[in-house]
Amino acid sequence: MSPFNIVVFVKQVPDNTKLKPEQLTGNSLPKEGVDMIVNPFDEYALETALRLKEAAGAEAQVTVISLGAASAKEIVKKTIAAGADAAYLLSDPVFLSGDSTSVAYALSGALKQLVPDAKIAVFGTLSLDASDGQTGPKVAELLDWASLTTCKNAEIVDLETLNVWRETERGIEQYTMALPGVICMMKCDYELRTANIKGVMKANKTEIPLKTPAELALEPALVGAAVATSQSENVWPRPAKTAGIKVDGSADAKAAVDKLIAYLRENKVL
Amino acid sequence: MTLTIDVARDKWGLTEEQRMIRDMVRDFAVSKVEPRASEIDKNCRFPVETFEEMAELGLMGLPISDAYGGGGADYLSYAIAVEELARVCASTALSFAAHTSLVCLPLSMFANEAQKQKYLSRVASGQCLGAYGLTEPNAGSDAGGTQTTAVRQGDHYILNGAKIFITNANYADVFIATALTEKGAGTKGISAFVFEKNTPGFSLGAKDEKLGMRGSDWGTLQFDNAVIPAENLVGEEGQGFKYFMQTLDSGRISIGALGVGIAQGALDKALQYAQERKQFGKAISEFQAIQFMLADMAMETEAARHLVYNAARLKIAGQPFGKEASMAKLFASEVAMKASSLAIQIHGGYGYTKDFPVERYYRDAKLCEIGEGTSEIQRMVIARHILKG
Repeated sequence: MSPFNIVVFVKQVPDNTKLKPEQLTGNSLPKEGVDMIVNPFDEYALETALRLKEAAGAEAQVTVISLGAASAKEIVKKTIAAGADAAYLLSDPVFLSGDSTSVAYALSGALKQLVPDAKIAVFGTLSLDASDGQTGPKVAELLDWASLTTCKNAEIVDLETLNVWRETERGIEQYTMALPGVICMMKCDYELRTANIKGVMKANKTEIPLKTPAELALEPALVGAAVATSQSENVWPRPAKTAGIKVDGSADAKAAVDKLIAYLRENKVL
Repeated sequence: MTLTIDVARDKWGLTEEQRMIRDMVRDFAVSKVEPRASEIDKNCRFPVETFEEMAELGLMGLPISDAYGGGGADYLSYAIAVEELARVCASTALSFAAHTSLVCLPLSMFANEAQKQKYLSRVASGQCLGAYGLTEPNAGSDAGGTQTTAVRQGDHYILNGAKIFITNANYADVFIATALTEKGAGTKGISAFVFEKNTPGFSLGAKDEKLGMRGSDWGTLQFDNAVIPAENLVGEEGQGFKYFMQTLDSGRISIGALGVGIAQGALDKALQYAQERKQFGKAISEFQAIQFMLADMAMETEAARHLVYNAARLKIAGQPFGKEASMAKLFASEVAMKASSLAIQIHGGYGYTKDFPVERYYRDAKLCEIGEGTSEIQRMVIARHILKG
């Protein structure tokens, strides 16, 4: 029996809590001069994949695929330290010039080439930098797999079926998903595991193969800027938070409520 | 797990493995160790749960070969682990350092294969804690003045005497200690023994309350006709003092790392506070007096770190490192004292209260100037090296 293969897609992003206003210029976030982190939702994707692997049994394997600069190699290694079995980095300047459409084409091609019998692909539902939430569903579309976004938890029913819980504005929804399928994780209720020394030493000895479009048999015309349908025009710092208003209702409660309602209407909240 | 790449990752010339271990320990320290730091200090409580978690992570024998259950990492990685723990909780770092560099390390260097299988594999894997007994009521800095005796009787040694100020004493299962096997032979009459807690005639005495490092256990080892099998002699008879002095050379690197961690932690807290605290209409970090203090703390902490990392690198390279280890330990200890004192100064009245952690850093830092050789002993060691040429 072939192993039960789970693929996790992770992305290196700038730590947006440490970006300085002067770094927010041009049309993209800086890739140097700031701490780089694994996209936080992707950490939950990895944790979910490792939990699914443990539930699926000894034959299961988790493979990490990332697309990014060669500097992302160290972060990809950390996923091995955390428990992933293998990892690949799609690293070629042409990959970096695209949008979620061209990235989805590259990632789906990498999955087909590197883990052809994968049953589950796990994404973070959004990335901190682009935040468009489209890559996971687009990969699913290209693979012709089912997909669910904003997932909070996933459990294996059997090797062909997952139970998946999504969080929506209506509350928690439960789905049964026939595999293969894509799930895109939000922040989950479970705790992220800490890498141990054995994992770190293993990661240090693991080579992370760098993959180019040619090695993944990707159509040059479909990679990078050639097929990008959107382009970021400008980035700028978030405006500083301004103070709200204080409404004192101790003397005249009705007047205070009226004032509050007027303020909320004025700001188009009501 | 926080999967972060520090932009300053190459600043210290660390290998990828060293960086990954630093990040892993930092993550553990911030998420698990720091939240307990104030409470264990207040209650003088040894955090058993932290050491169980550290054993699970494989940290307890970090620089020991994986053939004996250790982590197989190098000595700089271990020093960095001590530093990262001390940055948030020096008590935890001290117990970790005493276990690793004073028990795991001498067993790996001087014990025979059978002793390694029986004792090293247990302490290095974190199955149990270790404690190291050198200091006695009348043999502190003058460690060669050991008065605990070990008399050979058939297949056993009979030990009598006491060891004081022993880190981890009340929670350790494996002990390594010195005793005099030949009176009148000076330091060449001292031997080293490894033994277990349940040794007949061995007991634990009362412990004194400490100024700092209150979450790190310490106690007294008492030998009252304690019966230790002859096979528990470590290395050769009469070589114990030499083994222990070599052990302390390595241990001093970790106490240096402990000092660097305390200094860095004090700087972290002072930086944060100076940017948040407003007086005269602006953050106090905008005042030159505060800036100068922060600059001194940062400069001296970096200098101490360079000394510690250099000593560790010399040890890894198999070169002599005794002088450098003493310099690192001495300098980092004094930097830890100064940085924690300045951190209190920057916090003002709040820094003098237990509502902020900087007073704990100050109390903890003092240990660095005393434990594993006082600052005066370090100066003597350094002077001896440079005068020898």
